[in-house]
Amino acid sequence: MRRRWAWPAAGAAAAAAAALFPLLVARPTWQNAAILMLMTAQLGVAWNVLGGYAGQVSLGHAAFFGTGAYVSTLLSLKLGVSPWLGMLAGGGTASLLALLVGWPCFRLKGHYFAMATIAVGEIVQALVNGWDALGGAVGFTLPLAESGFWGFVWGRSKLPYHYIALSLLLLTLLVNWAVARSRIGYYLRAIKDEPDAARSLGVSLTRYKLYAIAISSFLVATGGTLYAQKELFIDPGSTLSTSLSIKMALVAILGGVGTLGGPVLGAVVLTFIEEASRIVFGGTGRGTDLVVYGLLIVLIAVYQPAGIVGFLRARWPAREAEPRGAGARGEGAT
Amino acid sequence: MTAQLLLQTLLSGVLIGLVYALVAVGLTLIFGVMDIVNFAHGEFLMLGMYASFWGFALWKLDPIFTLPLTALLLFAFGAALYHAVIRRIIDAPMLSQIFTSFGLMILFRGLAQYLWKPDFRSVDHTVVEGKVAFAGLQFGLPQVVAALGAVATTGAVWWFLRRTRLGAALEATAADREAAALMGIDSQKMFALAWGIGAACAGVAGALLSTYYPIFPEVGSSFILIAFVLVALGGFGSVAGAFWAGILVGIVEVLGGFLWDPAYKMVLVLSLYLLVVWLRPQGLMGKA
Amino acid sequence: MSAPLLEVEGLTKRFGGLVANEDVSFAVGEGEIVGLIGPNGAGKTTVFNSLAGFFAPSSGEIRLGGLPIAGLPPEAVAALGVARTFQIVRIFKSMTVLENAMVGAMLRHRAVPAAARLGYEMLRFTGLERRAHEPASRLTVAEQKRLEIARALATGPRLLLLDEVMAGLTPSEVQEAVEMVKRIRDRGIACVVVEHVMEGIMPIADRMLVLERGRKIAEGPPAAIASDPAVIAAYLGEEYRAPGA
Repeated sequence: MRRRWAWPAAGAAAAAAAALFPLLVARPTWQNAAILMLMTAQLGVAWNVLGGYAGQVSLGHAAFFGTGAYVSTLLSLKLGVSPWLGMLAGGGTASLLALLVGWPCFRLKGHYFAMATIAVGEIVQALVNGWDALGGAVGFTLPLAESGFWGFVWGRSKLPYHYIALSLLLLTLLVNWAVARSRIGYYLRAIKDEPDAARSLGVSLTRYKLYAIAISSFLVATGGTLYAQKELFIDPGSTLSTSLSIKMALVAILGGVGTLGGPVLGAVVLTFIEEASRIVFGGTGRGTDLVVYGLLIVLIAVYQPAGIVGFLRARWPAREAEPRGAGARGEGAT
Repeated sequence: MTAQLLLQTLLSGVLIGLVYALVAVGLTLIFGVMDIVNFAHGEFLMLGMYASFWGFALWKLDPIFTLPLTALLLFAFGAALYHAVIRRIIDAPMLSQIFTSFGLMILFRGLAQYLWKPDFRSVDHTVVEGKVAFAGLQFGLPQVVAALGAVATTGAVWWFLRRTRLGAALEATAADREAAALMGIDSQKMFALAWGIGAACAGVAGALLSTYYPIFPEVGSSFILIAFVLVALGGFGSVAGAFWAGILVGIVEVLGGFLWDPAYKMVLVLSLYLLVVWLRPQGLMGKA
Repeated sequence: MSAPLLEVEGLTKRFGGLVANEDVSFAVGEGEIVGLIGPNGAGKTTVFNSLAGFFAPSSGEIRLGGLPIAGLPPEAVAALGVARTFQIVRIFKSMTVLENAMVGAMLRHRAVPAAARLGYEMLRFTGLERRAHEPASRLTVAEQKRLEIARALATGPRLLLLDEVMAGLTPSEVQEAVEMVKRIRDRGIACVVVEHVMEGIMPIADRMLVLERGRKIAEGPPAAIASDPAVIAAYLGEEYRAPGA
């Protein structure tokens, strides 16, 4: 019976550690790395709703991230709307975009869907890049106005950003967990395993994939708003690039697609690897981060498709627990 | 806009389109034989460009003369890549297949950036530099030679597939792997062959392009997207489809850039891809 | 005499130049067990696919309880009360046995606990309840077929299409399957059963349909079918003394 508590206990410990971290570690570079880790993890968990649970591999998710960043920024700059409201608006806009794009794309299977998402991501980036009203290639700089919660900006300390990032991650995990144990979650897993069998049981593939992409895109967009408020600068290159889309997917695959904690583990490991390679090879722009990403992806895809979580589960298999009544326990609950 | 200018634009679109077609032929061949989309295909082109570049920079060898060597080099590389990596994911879940070739794409780009620096390179003063006049229109000689070379290579692949026993074996494996295996055709050899030819096609295209196109580690990215479009448009697995789609898309791209805005060329091409893939998933000439 | 549950009229399905089903007509009454047999390639699974909504017929009509369903997508047909199993088992490998059944139950019960109760009940019906929390991938093929049936039954169908559920079973397993089909019928669910294992379908079918090369060549009670020369010829192409005839 002990095994059933292993994962939730580890999660609680990790959350506590994350909450205490900035109080114990004062170095700005380390604090920044921690925030980055939390934000990357949040994006991976959000991506996972569509990519891991529903099995629809999107390599264009940065489009939603950028949507969140740009919508909240534009609302804040042009209309003085609080970025918190902008975050919700950005999420809603991203969901609408996701439904618009998803509806025709979900007709495609496997490789073709992935390729279509790359195309969509590139189109969005190119359009924003060329459209002056959306800032064009130059982007937007957000003013460092008076620090404060409502304005969603803090100049002196990074601490508030850390806790907001942590809260957003926990919220995203909560949504993921709730979806996984709901009817939507069961249907998504069925669609991923055997789409025809799912249809024969009354499941409309398109409808549930659309639910998944709407949820996933909303969550990713909120991360985009957080990014904009933290960096105080957004442009197509930093918020809409295909390499950002890759990173979201990589983090989930590395940690374990279709698991709750996988992307978090993946974000932790990836951040460590990035920092390590930065120290060893000295700076980016020399392609070393790409080499590391590429090798990681290939090795994981070929040898350990279930990611870190899959590896851990194989090493320490959980015993089958007795049911409480007719309660169900499955893959998605971890 | 004069009729002459229009004609010039159209023909230059055809010229680049023929090169696009060659790249797509390699991609569609790999897909047709083993149902794997090679996201790293643009990197074969990039390697072909760099091979030509270094031959020129180090030993003053003209890319046109080193073309056969580049083709052989990329053929060997493609086949070797198959044996080292792709072979292991033939029957793996689709997620693994996507990410393997995707990871290779990133790996090769990173390696190129690391080994040869991100700077733009070019090959100057080749044997084909200059212009050629035709019916009152002017074209760059490298572009024309590249187009002719692409057509010749595409034709050679076509001839190989249709007129040789080995090519027939390849097509048989593409049609039905198990049936072909039962007839004594070694699937592993066919897969390696497909990767070799596919890589060689992209490599030759790269070598031809190196006479006038800038060479840099990410150069594969623009070509891979267009190759996807061609393969989808022409039909997954159809060499002829890729060829005609190449000409069409080359014209669309150049016309679009001319009539609308060069910055939006890719948007146009990509939108065309999405349109085709939504309305007619099997492409113009492809098997469903 | 109420209207039949399922009416199929002139069902024709073409794939390009190939005619998989041609002018097939039959009816299935409430609570009937109808056997669908024929040599390989006769078009039996094609009929199933048309009934279940995976194919749209090239021509012909299909009515369920008087309602036309030809051409409706599978998920709509399932909601109207037609469930099916697959010739090659398609259980959800990433889920447990119970979760598989729950996916079926969720058609009628949105809430997860209610779906779990119904799913568990279906597992008991098919004798799988003791393996409820094991990964479905660990079941034997015979058990997986039973799971597919449990899953299909959980959708609360009026008509169940069973596609070669007895293939590869031992004789005692065949007997268990026969008993289960009877119990399904006793619950008021009509069954159309495609089979090659004659001992599995002849004893329980109310009626048999025989297809050959896309056409219906015989219809009637099992005893009559067994001695029908056209049926015998279709299977064997020569005179053959059927056992017991």
